[in-house]
Amino acid sequence: MSKLKRKYSNGVRSSSFFIWLRQRSTIAFIMCVPLLLIVIGLVAYPFLYSIFLSTLNKAETEFVGIGNYLFLFKRETFWLVVKQSIIFALVAVFFKALIGFIAAHSINTIPSKGQRKWRGALLIPWVIPPALSTLGWWWLFEPTYSALNWILTEFALPTIPWLSETFWARFAVILVNVWFGAPFFLIMYLAALKSIPEHLYEAASIDGASSIQKLFHITLPMMRNIIAITVLFSIIVTFANFDIVRVLTQGGPLNTTHLFSTYAFRVGIESGDIPLGASVSLFMFPILAILAFIILRNVRERALNS
Amino acid sequence: MADVSLKNLHKTFDITEAVRGINLDIVDNEFLVLVGPSGCGKSTVLRLIAGLEEITEGNVLIEGNIVNDIPPKDRDIAMVFQSYALYPHMTVYENMSFGLRLRKYSKNEINKRVLDAAKILNISELLDRRPKQLSGGQRQRVAMGRAIVRNPKVFLFDEPLSNLDAKMRGQMRTEIKKLHQHLKTTIIYVTHDQVEAMTLADRIVVMNDGIIEQVGTPDEMYNAPKTHFVASFIGSPSMNFIPCQVIKTNEDLYIKINDKLYFSVPKERLDRYKVLINKEAILGIRPEHLTNAKQHIHDMYEDFNAKVKVLEPMGMDTMVFFDISEAEVCARCDPKSVGKVQSDMTFTIDKSQIHLIDIKTNKVI
Ligand SMILES: Nc1ncnc2c1ncn2[C@@H]1O[C@H](COP(=O)(O)OP(=O)(O)O)[C@@H](O)[C@H]1O
Ligand SMILES: [Mg+2]
Repeated sequence: MSKLKRKYSNGVRSSSFFIWLRQRSTIAFIMCVPLLLIVIGLVAYPFLYSIFLSTLNKAETEFVGIGNYLFLFKRETFWLVVKQSIIFALVAVFFKALIGFIAAHSINTIPSKGQRKWRGALLIPWVIPPALSTLGWWWLFEPTYSALNWILTEFALPTIPWLSETFWARFAVILVNVWFGAPFFLIMYLAALKSIPEHLYEAASIDGASSIQKLFHITLPMMRNIIAITVLFSIIVTFANFDIVRVLTQGGPLNTTHLFSTYAFRVGIESGDIPLGASVSLFMFPILAILAFIILRNVRERALNS
Repeated sequence: MADVSLKNLHKTFDITEAVRGINLDIVDNEFLVLVGPSGCGKSTVLRLIAGLEEITEGNVLIEGNIVNDIPPKDRDIAMVFQSYALYPHMTVYENMSFGLRLRKYSKNEINKRVLDAAKILNISELLDRRPKQLSGGQRQRVAMGRAIVRNPKVFLFDEPLSNLDAKMRGQMRTEIKKLHQHLKTTIIYVTHDQVEAMTLADRIVVMNDGIIEQVGTPDEMYNAPKTHFVASFIGSPSMNFIPCQVIKTNEDLYIKINDKLYFSVPKERLDRYKVLINKEAILGIRPEHLTNAKQHIHDMYEDFNAKVKVLEPMGMDTMVFFDISEAEVCARCDPKSVGKVQSDMTFTIDKSQIHLIDIKTNKVI
């Protein structure tokens, strides 16, 4: 008994480090370290480094402060890119959400046996790597030999210069983005639709609601949260889109399809002015940060409410 | 405020026949309760009346008009669901006024009706809340309020109380009864709880396996069940069933339970039980008609002995359990005159209250 006591009291001083080590919070921190290292290595370091880069001159020899940013402000092309990125993100997300919703609604009304097939088929665009599928689209848009214009000719319609005229090039870029992104909305909305209790629709039928009224008074309000989150999330991803424009138009004709990231690539890598490219891409940061903040707040409110 | 008729109503889901030929006339202002075990097709009947399910065969008539092809909203009915089905994103006021708003009632009229209904149901202070912020009983009231404001011809209730705790259920039962007296409207009410059915109904319909077993007042259901199923379903504790035979000696009939135990058939019932002579039957008797030995105030009483197996004191009465030819039997006795467990005890049966069931047809003779 006394032996045990002594052993214990001896241990107190020397083992305070181990007691600290055994605390829950310490263990939790240690277990998070690998993740923190990854985040620091892949997010924080590149972010800080690109801020540093954006303050240098083209040859990366001199510190120019906010000189690169001031230079960008004076460039018409830059403002064109800002405008295009915003239009691209808003229009593409609108149609993705709309088409996703319509598709989800249609699938939800067919008997569950047929649903699996349709769901699988409609998810295909989403699972093909976008660079690859965009290449397929690029081939479809090819003006002289390819399918789309061939169909137009068959119907005796004038052919369309898909990728070489500003309007059609923008149309094509958005079309491919919608084609690629709508399935994401489809599955999110399908899950949300399935979670609305059937009884609500029955109560609404008895209350006198038509299908349209059920859509506006039951379905949409019940899906408000999921719609808000998917749209915000998709705006961020779409805003930062790179591969579709890169493969389809490389920003042309005459920069009229450039987005932030493709323009940053053009300026930074292809034209060799890395500090200026970094400045362009850093412009996305505050816009995306605000959107992300809204999303997180939305999610937290939702969690608190339910 | 309307009569409803069901004519040879059938409903088949894929392969299950949920409703197999229902004929029923529900009169104006009646409180009709459909009762039966779960899965017997009660909800389906209600949903066929509401128009939420398509009719496989037969007709539903409201006020004499066939409504088979009329959508729910034009049948002038209201329904209260088991899950309440309140719209979660609307306040209580919006929930209750939704139907009126869709029907383009004037603002004043809507306001008046909602406030009136809220007052009747005692939910006036809750009108700004959302369903999430209400207790089960309050949600139940809102669901009823949503039905009341429309002032429909027929109210349909699908197990409205089964999500409430026992105390609340008793309370709401009384309120629904009061509501019916106040509104003077036709109510069709579905439940699996026979106590609810007995306390609420003007008439009870007992359903089993997609068909109607019996229609009648609570009193008829209790005292004159027509089938084995109704006899066993209605009443709590439930009726005792003892296998027996009807035998004839000279001009008298006897109900033979086993070699030692016979009951003579009362004179009034000799004719009735003749058809059962030498046939297997079941003797049905409610616990309250089996008591501790009593003075024989009329010749319907007869005594017999049995060994007490279990005692369940309930305060006013003690339920005494014993076996007769392998059937467990329960008698409702005066606590003062109950024997000890394992001891022999004398019981009195009231033969005016027996039911003999033909095993072949499951009908009460
Ligand atoms: N939508 C449906 N699809 C298939 N079978 C159903 C459906 N609704 C009910 N049933 C079946 O019909 C029978 C009666 O159901 P229901 O009317 O809900 O019974 P109750 O309300 O008496 O418990 C059950 O066997 C049930 O499984
Ligand atoms: Mg049911």
